[in-house]
Amino acid sequence: MYVNQFLFLASVLFCIGVYGVIARKNAVLILMSIELILNSVNINLLTFALRNGSTDGHTFALYIIAVAAAEVGVGLGLVLLVYRNKKTISVDDLSEMRG
Amino acid sequence: MQHLNILAAQWVAPTIDYFGLAPELVLAGGLCIVLLVDLFIDERKKWLLSVISSFTLLAAMVPVLMLGLSETSVRSMFDGRYVVDNFSLVVKSLFLLAGYVVVLLSSSHIEQGEYWRGEYWFLLLTSLLGMLMMASSRDLVSIFVALEFLSIPAYMLAAWRKRDPKSNEAGVKYFMLGVFASAVMLYGMSLMYGVANSTLLTDIGAKVAATGEFSAVHALAVVFVIVGFAFKVSAVPFHTWAPDTYEGAPTPVTAFLSVASKAAGFVALVVLLYTAFPLAQDVWQPLIWVLSALTMTVGNVLALKQHNIVRMIAYSSISQGGFVLMPLAVAGLVGSGSTALRAVVLYMIVYAATNLGVFAIILAVSNKTRSGEISSYGGLFSYAPTLGVLMTIFLASLAGIPPLGGWIAKFVAFQSLIQSQSNWGYALALVGAVNSVIAFGYYGNVMREIWMRPVPDGDVTTISVPGSLRLALAITAGATLLFGVLPGVGLHFADLAEIAGAITR
Repeated sequence: MYVNQFLFLASVLFCIGVYGVIARKNAVLILMSIELILNSVNINLLTFALRNGSTDGHTFALYIIAVAAAEVGVGLGLVLLVYRNKKTISVDDLSEMRG
Repeated sequence: MQHLNILAAQWVAPTIDYFGLAPELVLAGGLCIVLLVDLFIDERKKWLLSVISSFTLLAAMVPVLMLGLSETSVRSMFDGRYVVDNFSLVVKSLFLLAGYVVVLLSSSHIEQGEYWRGEYWFLLLTSLLGMLMMASSRDLVSIFVALEFLSIPAYMLAAWRKRDPKSNEAGVKYFMLGVFASAVMLYGMSLMYGVANSTLLTDIGAKVAATGEFSAVHALAVVFVIVGFAFKVSAVPFHTWAPDTYEGAPTPVTAFLSVASKAAGFVALVVLLYTAFPLAQDVWQPLIWVLSALTMTVGNVLALKQHNIVRMIAYSSISQGGFVLMPLAVAGLVGSGSTALRAVVLYMIVYAATNLGVFAIILAVSNKTRSGEISSYGGLFSYAPTLGVLMTIFLASLAGIPPLGGWIAKFVAFQSLIQSQSNWGYALALVGAVNSVIAFGYYGNVMREIWMRPVPDGDVTTISVPGSLRLALAITAGATLLFGVLPGVGLHFADLAEIAGAITR
């Protein structure tokens, strides 16, 4: 197993995530794409931590997992709020303000 | 399994300097009190919470001042991961005072409508606590945690009016782009950890200084991290969330986002540039140059065609962000580091005072006119002369007219560009000068409404301004005038700001 295989996996996941954020119109799918990016970051951190033999990367990954959970909690709350008011979760329909 | 040996080593508890942490501890205690008191008091007594919040912020100022006067100038905790130096003290007092003014702006505004007041104060104080942490963080992990700590409550504050579709939209747009930006920034941080084998910023900086090597992965990491913070400070082309969020969010929240949240983004950016990438200037200087020039120009041009005052101020605050970035575009050149830092800190202080003042006037006027249109300011001077004069002072300060605060801030920013004696610096100063003239177009438009146009609906009853807004106006107008008339005051604080452990060039 080489380090670059893991890094390659992480960069592919990152690209899929960025594509998803840009191309998807459904708010929940955008949230999932963001999770994909965060997990690619975790793979990167753990790979580097194992290669370098330091524990900083493990700690960082744990923090990211915890904070991402809080983030998604807030995000789903906001999506629910929009659904209650507008009966849709498509980000294209969020166009009250223009200019 | 060589890496597990680290875990077997003797674990020693870190020494914690409680005096250095006192501002954060006071704020953390205060926000717990707000949350608890909110549970037990009657709906009619909820105004007490704004009093507790404002006293918490003032109480947190006391240890900041004591730390500033104490003998030890640098307090470093957790192996230098959390540092209380002069830079962090100056920006902490900026955050606390800006937070205090935002509390004053909010207290009469959020009484209107049936919404959750207790949570509002709690979220505001939590976000401020994240900002205080950001000022002291000197490690990738603590910068990330502080960034989320200040952002997540801000997403909720933007969507605070639950039943208003505009407020929902503001919150969702802010959340989606904010989270995406922090994910991109994290990818950059993970690469940086891989290159430097440490999350400590000074280690990352020293790694390049020691080997002199600079790999492509490192360059990619620097770019991703800067792009992440460019979203946070709404630099063009990463600004698209800002106008919608600023317009849709409750107005005091907009004031908070456009001043405190933006300043926090700049603080993190400055700390990273000065301690983690000081020797990568070939990567970030051109990037910041382009961001700064685009931010000033696009923000200004779009502000010219706005009819809504909050949206106009949103674009104006985007373009002011470009002026803050301006000195950083030459900060990596030999001899420019400290002058650029001084210019950035002074600009943030003056901009905070002036922009909060503008929002205080917007809140006071919208109490009467119930409108966000610029045309509703017609004839303001004829029926509310004090508000008219103060708004003129704030707008003139944003435009950079002497002898007001904005003038000295712009002067120092241009001075740092000229002193760098580089062609890039001269070119950016030229772009900035052209933009200062364009900016007068839309600031002057509002002034013309105030002084020369007739009152739109003929209603010339005077505006009754609540006491808390009066105090906010007095503080912001006083600061704007003071920084302009006595430039030494602002410069004194800007000069104090030195980042401990920074590799100055």
